[in-house]
Amino acid sequence: MSKLYTGAEIVFKCMEDQKVEFIFGYPGGAVLPIYDELKNHDSIKHILARHEQGAGHAAEGYARSCGKPGVVLVTSGPGATNVVTALTDAYMDSIPLVCISGQVPTHLIGTDAFQECDTTGITRPCTKHNWLVKDVKDLAKTIHKAFEVATTGRPGPVLVDIPKDIQFQKAKYTNFKKQKKLNGKSNNRFSQKDIDKLIEMMSKAKQPIFYTGGGVINSGPKASEQLRELVSITGFPITSTLQGLGSFPGDDNQFLGMLGMHGTYEANNAMHDCDLMINIGARFDDRITGKIDEFSPKSKKVHIDIDPSSINKNVKVDLPIVGDVSEVISLLIKTIKKHSPNFLKSNKENISKWWEQIGKWRSVNSLNFINSDKTIKPQFAIQRLYELTKNKDTFITTEVGQHQMWAAQHYKFDKPNRWMTSGGLGTMGYGLPAAVGVQIAHPDKLVVDIAGEASVLMTMQEMSTAVQYNLPIKIFILNNEYMGMVRQWQELLHEKNYSESYTAALPDFVKLAEAYGCVGIRAKTPDELDQKIQEMIDVKKPVIFDCLVDKEENCFPMIPSGKPHNQMLLGPNDQKENKITGKGKTLV
Amino acid sequence: MVKSKSAYSDPGKKGKLDTHIIVVWVDNEAGVLARVVGLFSGRGYNIESLAVAEVDPKRGISRITIVTTGTPQVIEQIKLQLGKLVPVHKVADFMRGDKKIIFKEMALLKLVGNTSKRNKALKVCKKFNPVVLDKTQKSVVLQITALRREIDTVMGDLKKFGLVSVSRTGAVAMTRGSEIFK
Repeated sequence: MSKLYTGAEIVFKCMEDQKVEFIFGYPGGAVLPIYDELKNHDSIKHILARHEQGAGHAAEGYARSCGKPGVVLVTSGPGATNVVTALTDAYMDSIPLVCISGQVPTHLIGTDAFQECDTTGITRPCTKHNWLVKDVKDLAKTIHKAFEVATTGRPGPVLVDIPKDIQFQKAKYTNFKKQKKLNGKSNNRFSQKDIDKLIEMMSKAKQPIFYTGGGVINSGPKASEQLRELVSITGFPITSTLQGLGSFPGDDNQFLGMLGMHGTYEANNAMHDCDLMINIGARFDDRITGKIDEFSPKSKKVHIDIDPSSINKNVKVDLPIVGDVSEVISLLIKTIKKHSPNFLKSNKENISKWWEQIGKWRSVNSLNFINSDKTIKPQFAIQRLYELTKNKDTFITTEVGQHQMWAAQHYKFDKPNRWMTSGGLGTMGYGLPAAVGVQIAHPDKLVVDIAGEASVLMTMQEMSTAVQYNLPIKIFILNNEYMGMVRQWQELLHEKNYSESYTAALPDFVKLAEAYGCVGIRAKTPDELDQKIQEMIDVKKPVIFDCLVDKEENCFPMIPSGKPHNQMLLGPNDQKENKITGKGKTLV
Repeated sequence: MVKSKSAYSDPGKKGKLDTHIIVVWVDNEAGVLARVVGLFSGRGYNIESLAVAEVDPKRGISRITIVTTGTPQVIEQIKLQLGKLVPVHKVADFMRGDKKIIFKEMALLKLVGNTSKRNKALKVCKKFNPVVLDKTQKSVVLQITALRREIDTVMGDLKKFGLVSVSRTGAVAMTRGSEIFK
């Protein structure tokens, strides 16, 4: 007879078979048997967060930066409800997470027991799938299935809820063999015919553009390499969504910068005026499209996506290609090379006028800002941070708000998996715990959380985690004492009624850093910025960097709500010349 | 034009709404109905009626029939989103009015009144295979099977003949002929 294992042992056996190295979690009554078992499994290290949301975001940061699923372990009731934000965040941004939650013993389910909640009910809409395991015999199968669902097709979070009695009960464990076959829910439904059609459209296009997103990153590092090849053999311009940054080098001449609400003038105008839009792994999010009815009115649209429900959801497309980005691009490149090896040459003339037009848009220099020698401009701070860290293979996380957009605009990424930001859900407080997870995955790399002072206070407690595990993360706070993006919207849309967007009492971040046992640095003037940033980089401990920036700065360019891409609001340089009053104001 | 104060774009034009019958084959497991129904409510889709029961006890497959309305784009999304759910095996979609498809709803009708009224009531129901399930001196319980709007009409007509209670199922659907949906 084969050996019997307890539920708790089976949880670890599964994780070992899935090659899990780190668990981000927080113990509690309903998961104690699993925590008790932790000591017997050396290959798995537990990272103790200070809040379950922090554990969830740390697992997201880990998953995004190394491509493996993040594993979270929480207790029942409040443990599970606290992790909901992180699960939803991962769901919106397609990040593979496997969350194991404890549950009250099966005989107490439904009795409003202590720390009971309907975890599978609460997490049903924010996971790809979830399971309540009511029989220990199903446990191993369920956990392996959970990993499979989380990592195949369009990745996402899953949750396995395990009642405490199941963790004690015993069952057999048969070793897991990873099946090559992906589950029926993953999709590669494209054919050579689709690719031929696409190439035909590409060769006819006079104003083409690649619009790429997080799907390229999720498809693996190879997809980014293939994308670079594709862009170079076609000569087409390329723009990227917030999530896709890094899949194509940010300083390449064919790259038009990020598109969307705070995207560049050239990217958005090119999207509006193009005649062929090739969407690779992006989802026509409302921050990208602006007003749907006037979104890129003249173009034929191609959409490459692994999730068939992404296609025609927001924008009707002419050629859908359902498949994994990497596989689609690889076949595309192969076909181009085989049938039209001179594509680039023959195409150059076709699109030369287009590039001329793009050059004109570019010359507007829409990311420009009026610098100051007295106060630190937030854009300037990010530019300096970029210049001083660009040779270091730096990993950047962010919180949510103005600083996030400035980081996306001014920090140039040239590799995938280096940029971790909450795009879909827009979770303030994401960046700090995400940095913890990134640093766990890459202990020797420089990890910087570009933060706002409001966001970072939401999950500040995770500094304690960073100190405990000697994670030298750098929290680079652009401190303007406002919830900057809220303030910006209030300035532009609500007659400068800054309702509750000013934080009248902020902690002294330098002292706070010292209280946590890390290093606090403050920069007040542009002169001292470089030296202080260098100091931050050189310290081998976690740092909170309090960068006091201009309090009134707004993030431009900007597509006001409900406007198409060609009606952008540019920065103060432009506004000085044609003051936005009266009619212009209604554009916002 | 009213100045928009929203961070979101204005709603675009509304398309024409069609009624569709969506049939979903699912694993009969705990919470599966909540997943399907939650998808509809969570994404703002409409459910007009719902019928669900296990149809293959051996494989544990349930068949869910949902009548819904939406623009063609929304109907397409419903099918694709349903298809993504892990316990969903297949999804079929039929237009209401499709000649190749049989739709039926069942209703139980309780009528209280004298014999003449009850006989008149039976006459009204004649077209819809009425079955008398229960009969007393004062009352009768009828079962009819018909289309949704036919039952609506019958209910209206029966008011004057002493209709006191109605219980209706959701619509169920099946293709005509020897074909089955794969």
